[in-house]
Amino acid sequence: MQAKEKVRVDIEHVSLAFGATQVLRDISLSIAPGEFFALLGPSGCGKSTLLRLIAGFNQAQAGHVLIDGADITRIPPWQRDIGMVFQNYALWPHMTVAQNVAFGLEERRLPRDVVARKTAAALELVGLQDFGKRRPNQLSGGQQQRVAVARTIAIEPKVLLLDEPLSNLDAQLRVHMRTELLALQRTLGITTIFVTHDQEEALSISDRVAVLDRGVIQQVGTPMDLFDRPLNRFIASFVGTINLLRGKVEKTAGGVVFDSPLLGRVSLTTDTPITGDAEIAFRPHMLSLAAPGSAATPGKVWVEGKVVHREFLGEFIRYRIDVQGTGIVADQPHYGGNVEFVPGSPVRVGIEPAQLRLLPG
Amino acid sequence: MTNRITPAHAAIALAIAIFLLLFLVIPVITVTYVAFTNSDGSLTLAHFFSFFQLTLMRESFYNSLYVGGMSVLLSSIISLPLAYFTMRFQFRGSVLIQTLGVLPLIMPPFVGAAAMQLLFGRSGSVNLLLNEYFGFSIPFMEGLNGVIFVEALHYFPFILLNLTVALANIDSAMEESAQNLGASGLRLFRRIVFPLAMPGYLAGAALVFLKVFDDVGTPLVLNVTNILAAQAYFRITTIGIDDPIGYVASVIMVIASLVALWGSTWLMRGKDYATLQRGGSSLAKRRLKPWQAVIAYGWIGLVLLVVLSPHLGILLLSFSRVWSYSIVPDVYTLDNYVTVFRDSSGMMANTLLYCGIAATLDVIIGTAIAYLILRTKLPGRQWLDFAASAAIAIPGVVLGIGYLRTFRDFQLPFTDEPFTAFWLIIAIAYTIRRLPYALRSCMAALQQMHVSLEEAAENLGANKNRTIYRVVVPLMAGGILAGFVTSFLTAAVELSATLMLVTAQSDAPMSYGIYLYMQSIAGRGPGAALGVIAVVLVGLGTYFSNRLIRSRAAGHETQILKTGV
Repeated sequence: MQAKEKVRVDIEHVSLAFGATQVLRDISLSIAPGEFFALLGPSGCGKSTLLRLIAGFNQAQAGHVLIDGADITRIPPWQRDIGMVFQNYALWPHMTVAQNVAFGLEERRLPRDVVARKTAAALELVGLQDFGKRRPNQLSGGQQQRVAVARTIAIEPKVLLLDEPLSNLDAQLRVHMRTELLALQRTLGITTIFVTHDQEEALSISDRVAVLDRGVIQQVGTPMDLFDRPLNRFIASFVGTINLLRGKVEKTAGGVVFDSPLLGRVSLTTDTPITGDAEIAFRPHMLSLAAPGSAATPGKVWVEGKVVHREFLGEFIRYRIDVQGTGIVADQPHYGGNVEFVPGSPVRVGIEPAQLRLLPG
Repeated sequence: MTNRITPAHAAIALAIAIFLLLFLVIPVITVTYVAFTNSDGSLTLAHFFSFFQLTLMRESFYNSLYVGGMSVLLSSIISLPLAYFTMRFQFRGSVLIQTLGVLPLIMPPFVGAAAMQLLFGRSGSVNLLLNEYFGFSIPFMEGLNGVIFVEALHYFPFILLNLTVALANIDSAMEESAQNLGASGLRLFRRIVFPLAMPGYLAGAALVFLKVFDDVGTPLVLNVTNILAAQAYFRITTIGIDDPIGYVASVIMVIASLVALWGSTWLMRGKDYATLQRGGSSLAKRRLKPWQAVIAYGWIGLVLLVVLSPHLGILLLSFSRVWSYSIVPDVYTLDNYVTVFRDSSGMMANTLLYCGIAATLDVIIGTAIAYLILRTKLPGRQWLDFAASAAIAIPGVVLGIGYLRTFRDFQLPFTDEPFTAFWLIIAIAYTIRRLPYALRSCMAALQQMHVSLEEAAENLGANKNRTIYRVVVPLMAGGILAGFVTSFLTAAVELSATLMLVTAQSDAPMSYGIYLYMQSIAGRGPGAALGVIAVVLVGLGTYFSNRLIRSRAAGHETQILKTGV
């Protein structure tokens, strides 16, 4: 099984409704050849619908899907040559593992010896060469997942679609399988689109991620882009944990000033088109905590608060701090000898203006 | 799933629609039409007035309702404790429930009725014993009592099975939280368990009512003629095909059946409590206290003894030369079997032929309707399901009368034989009557199959037809086979439509033969022998098909069914 010509996938102005429910609104995406691309979003955001549309199981009311520039919108699923791994694997219980894997090759009317060879190769690629004669239900969840992958890559599809492929596995296996999937994708070089609601999963293995909410693409970018430079409130709170504060933006000579009751006037050195009502976002792990009265580090904005709640999460401790009626989440790394704050005790919270991220109100 | 409507889908739907129209809808409409029109074609209610002016008809009407209602009541009294004990207590009963569930399928009530007379009748075994030792007797079998007793004993499994399934599907957390809040014993049952199991109970109760209303053989064997089904049969066969009273009786039977069927669904509308959130542990079965165990096992034992008595009775009767006024037969013989094999082998062949045709057509139509309903968006597809399912509310006698009337002027091509005298019409009646069973079975099989199994095939390059051939049909095979077996077996013991449609002895199936034998005292021996043969054949059929289904399904315990998206 060798790498085929890598293809690009273009989705142009796709809209889809089920009855009166608008599921996808004017979606446009460009996925580069050989890219590992994730569609991320909460359940019901339309990400699976978009994936099924690429596979041909849903019909768009408007828009086109192009593979290497060729419009495939009107081609039935069985002629698209796009492999899909289903969330529940969809292994046929009346066939053995090998028969499952051979299915697509047989449907392509390949000679028997080619079918046998390619089936064996696909099974070997996922490490299940000795399991061909078993029935799917005699395999563990992880093995079933491998069979589903082998069945799909056996036909050497142009594009590989993965619909929440890891959601039915337990936590440990999930981490293991996602590295394995990525390694496989790199070996084969197939353009891959991967649907997930798990942001950690999307961020850890994808080249780029598109975040969907209510049928609209909110942001497309590399995982680090999304985390460091969220474009709006939804992205900021969906990708990672974040604190949001309301205030007003005023333009000044050197940049902008963010004015909020909590922090007062803070100068930001960003170049933003946002004016008037706005929000600033900052990540919990960027905050510093100090005992009241301790020397304040210059360059940071310090506010006084009270610890309300404390959660021990292993690598760090997550505090909920009440600052003049506003709740702020702060994460402090945990290691032996680090200062701890108990609920009820007063605390000073330090925020570095450079880490503040301005979002439209 | 892409749902493009193809010409093939439309053609298949049309063919099924025509079949249902011709052999179900039009005959039933014809019967209704005749009941409401004068001979000149004008609409009238006069037939209904004259129907209710006849004392015999009024009596039959009340008797039918009474027998139907009382049979449901008696069936409930038998079923409720059985279902509750086996599902909620540590109790060896599941095998028993399974067995009881199959019994009424393999032996219809009219076969056992004669034996019940010999066992429970005025001078039957039980009353002879009671009289001898205690000096009194119980009128189990007097008049309507006999019909109710026999029907309830045969049909209570419909309630029992529906109830056990309903109980099994109740999320264990429902009962546990009730117990946690302090409910126990009868209060727990009355306030939580029974209301949640209500849909299952009502479905079973409606089915029992329909079955009893439909049954014409049992009352006739027991010499009870003042009920609707028997009257409809008599009016048409003795007075003639033009007698409006028979049609009025038919219409009333259909209405009563529909009311029972719709009533049960109407009562339960929006109350689908199938709270199957599996994954949790099933309810811990409680331990019976010793005195409770005595009562429970005692009740089960008694029920089992009485339920098995017609089967035992028929077996004894089939080996007896004379059996009257004695606890068990006096003289034993094999003559009855010799007689039956000499005279009735044609009937056995007929049964195999008719039921084979009916069951084959049923699963073909059932699979097609299930696919059209669940996997296409063909307009009007629900009507196919609705019409095919409605057949369950059409009593056999009514369907028979409908055929006789609708096709009375219709000659078979190239012969002088009227279509109504052609044997195929019996097979068609069986097809229509058993279609609801096969359809449910096929629907369930396809419903359980996750759509992604088909989408995966399409994704890998199989088109719609290839997908049906390689994935859908193989995976539905178990359900299709189960549908075939149920249709075949229940058709083999169908009597009410058979009675109306058999015109020549040479076309008669076994069920008709048993009924004819049972009409005379001298024929009871051979009739019982034929009954035993039917029961054995049907029983073997059930057993082997069950084994076949199970061995096929062995590899199919699919995880996919549980991990629906």
